[in-house]
Amino acid sequence: MAVVETSKPSEELKSNTKTTGQTNTITLRIARSNPSEGQESTFAEFQIPVQKWTTVLEAILYVKQNFDHSVAVRYSCRQASCGSCGMKINGKPALACYTKVSELNSNVITVEPMNNFPIIRDLAVDFKQLISNHKKMKPFIIREDSEVTPESKEFIQTPQDLEKFLQFSYCIKCGLCNSACPTMATDESFIGPQGLAQAYRYVADNRDKGKDERLKVIDDSHGIWRCHFAGSCSHVCPKGVDPAMAIQLLRGYLLGFRK
Amino acid sequence: MAERLSNREGIKGMANPTRYGIERVAYWLQRLTGLGLLAYLIGHIYETSTIVNGKIAWDKMLELTQTPQGHILLTLVIGMCVFHTANGIRVMLGHGGIGVGKPGQPEYPYKAASLNYKQRLCIWVSIALAALAMMYGASVLFGD
Repeated sequence: MAVVETSKPSEELKSNTKTTGQTNTITLRIARSNPSEGQESTFAEFQIPVQKWTTVLEAILYVKQNFDHSVAVRYSCRQASCGSCGMKINGKPALACYTKVSELNSNVITVEPMNNFPIIRDLAVDFKQLISNHKKMKPFIIREDSEVTPESKEFIQTPQDLEKFLQFSYCIKCGLCNSACPTMATDESFIGPQGLAQAYRYVADNRDKGKDERLKVIDDSHGIWRCHFAGSCSHVCPKGVDPAMAIQLLRGYLLGFRK
Repeated sequence: MAERLSNREGIKGMANPTRYGIERVAYWLQRLTGLGLLAYLIGHIYETSTIVNGKIAWDKMLELTQTPQGHILLTLVIGMCVFHTANGIRVMLGHGGIGVGKPGQPEYPYKAASLNYKQRLCIWVSIALAALAMMYGASVLFGD
């Protein structure tokens, strides 16, 4: 990869940010590529003024506003709720909106597209496979009387019942777990930690009756047996979903430890 | 080409133990020791099969294991074997859902329950056991 571009902030921009707090200058290296046009990946470097609360996403948006508006980045909520801005930050998958520049303890920040996802352009990656695997897990309650009618009763759950699956329902489908997974790195047909964790979320829900259908989907040579409990998915999850735990508990159903 | 388009890390990424804590190091060591033990098993089968060529061939092969290099190799095999077994038991229990924590309400800063101190302790114990076994093995092999 070659450096193609270096841009520095103007004195005017620097002084503007100085009015709101102490400002440091960091070097932001952004991976640029456009595979559909056969463009190889290169790095563009920008000097960015940052404060202690500046997030990596804000630094990227600063580049778009002041230096190069063509940098492709997907983002939306800016508060770790939408799962859009997943990328590799200094070599590790993380949400750009949830990572402060100051916590990286480096004056050089390198942002790249997440691994194990096809690149659309620059930092934006294609989520087709993740969404397709998520759908394969039938992410909905399966039962014959699932349509609530005026005559039907509520599906009552105790707090203990809820706790069995609640944390896994916090998945925002950001793809960080799939990007960190060592099996995803080599097996392009692997369901991935995101999909498997979602399978457990519904299997553990006592309102659901679709356990056998889901276990059939994951009991595959590219399914749950390819997970070797490296724990990297849980290491990078920004919402505390803990896919590694979900996968091991899910495997318990197939091994007969759980009913 | 296909790997570049899909942006997969490939074997290089899978075999990189540096980014995701001690659990990823254990994963890497488990794979490495597994491959090492497979290579040893193949070599061991070749070594013992020389006996069909007569006593002279067998004695010649045994001499190879009595060299310092042979002792170092066997010391490594002891370490690989002990780590692979101890960490393998941890992973197998984990695969059954044992020792991976209980689901609950995640609270900031969202520390994963499956990456708990028991798992980490077991990894360090596996490494320590392997080191101790290697030291004992080396003292026996080099002791004479």
